[in-house]
Amino acid sequence: MNGPQDIGGRHGFGPVAPALNASAYHPGANWEPRAMAITVAAGAGGHWTIDESRFMRENRDPAEYYRLSYFQLWLTALAELLTAKGLVTEAELAAGHAGTAPTTPPGTCLSASAVPGVLARGGPVDRDPGAARPGFAPGDLVRTRNHQPAGHTRLPGYARDKVGRIESVQGFHAFADASAEGDRQAADWLYTVVFEAETLFGAAEATGDSVSVDAWEPYLVRA
Amino acid sequence: MPHDHDHDHDGSELDEMTARVMALETLLTEKGIVDPAALDVIIETYETKIGPHNGATVVARAWSDPEFHDWLARDATAAIAAMGFTGRQGEHMQAVFNSPECHNMVVCTLCSCYPWSVLGLPPVWYKSMPYRARAVREPRAVLAEFGVTLPDTTKVRVWDSTAEMRYLVVPMRPSGTEGWSAEALAELVSRNSMIGTGLARAPGAAQ
Repeated sequence: MNGPQDIGGRHGFGPVAPALNASAYHPGANWEPRAMAITVAAGAGGHWTIDESRFMRENRDPAEYYRLSYFQLWLTALAELLTAKGLVTEAELAAGHAGTAPTTPPGTCLSASAVPGVLARGGPVDRDPGAARPGFAPGDLVRTRNHQPAGHTRLPGYARDKVGRIESVQGFHAFADASAEGDRQAADWLYTVVFEAETLFGAAEATGDSVSVDAWEPYLVRA
Repeated sequence: MPHDHDHDHDGSELDEMTARVMALETLLTEKGIVDPAALDVIIETYETKIGPHNGATVVARAWSDPEFHDWLARDATAAIAAMGFTGRQGEHMQAVFNSPECHNMVVCTLCSCYPWSVLGLPPVWYKSMPYRARAVREPRAVLAEFGVTLPDTTKVRVWDSTAEMRYLVVPMRPSGTEGWSAEALAELVSRNSMIGTGLARAPGAAQ
């Protein structure tokens, strides 16, 4: 979507201030580790894909997206996912306690003893390509499509309709645009595509600087 | 029981976000969706077990073991897994090697993708709008804010993590470290050097 998350190359956001923001959590925000852990644990239930959670975070009024802190955005989207999947009701969220209305069964709850194994396994997204073969090879010139779906996509705005070079074939990976709609089957070839900085931004800080994105085959046509 | 809830009554102790997180945890615990003991383990894991020290040992080994260096370049996921670092947000890894000719720098412009398995949770600045917006357009200006200035003869390559590939930058090995053990070398590898917003520390430099 052409949403508030797609900010690569946008102006006006100010300095990075790395020294002030060096930790994973904001100083004094002692609720942030808990918010992180609740989100990870609830996600381990398998009720949504990682792309559904990304889309839930970005698919909102841009003013709200920019106003919320990082973990506020996680919490807000988590509550929305939980209600969208029927796991909790709005009334329960408001009350902070379970009610009596029927809800989707929670399935397996992540236990303390299962955490190390679950984190160590993660969620690989490489899929069996079967007889499929990649349509592009390293060195090929490609043009990204002018791809502007209203739903989730991982082709950034700055890299649309631009000519780049295939650097590598990364594998046959779950396709984010479909995965964000709950499709756990769709997969396609994923490539690292390199663009000259001038191609993307009109001028580069130095000649020869470049930017790459990882792009699925449906984002690309031969240049 | 005098009342059926345990959040604060006088309103003076808990800020709004703390109260909101506690209420959500209570609800999800009652619903069987999360187990508070699991939350403790997740938090503790990313505070003590999974962090940049993991990535630093990978980099130090790549500096000191040519066979491992080649394996890391060829199949980073397997090479890193062999050191015990696998899983969440590190399922598909690529190591990118800095050289006098090319400096690599990693960003996720669309959210905050980051190689958790080797670097832990991303710092606030990595997730911030300024970094996400600017790293692709003006990486050298961003690097300057980190105190890093590269010669014009070094090209900058920015990796936008737009899919599930996760990138570990292998910084250049500092001079004056010939013969150092991998353990000693790992002390020179800062988190930022593995994102590409820093360089490895020089021997004797303050941490």
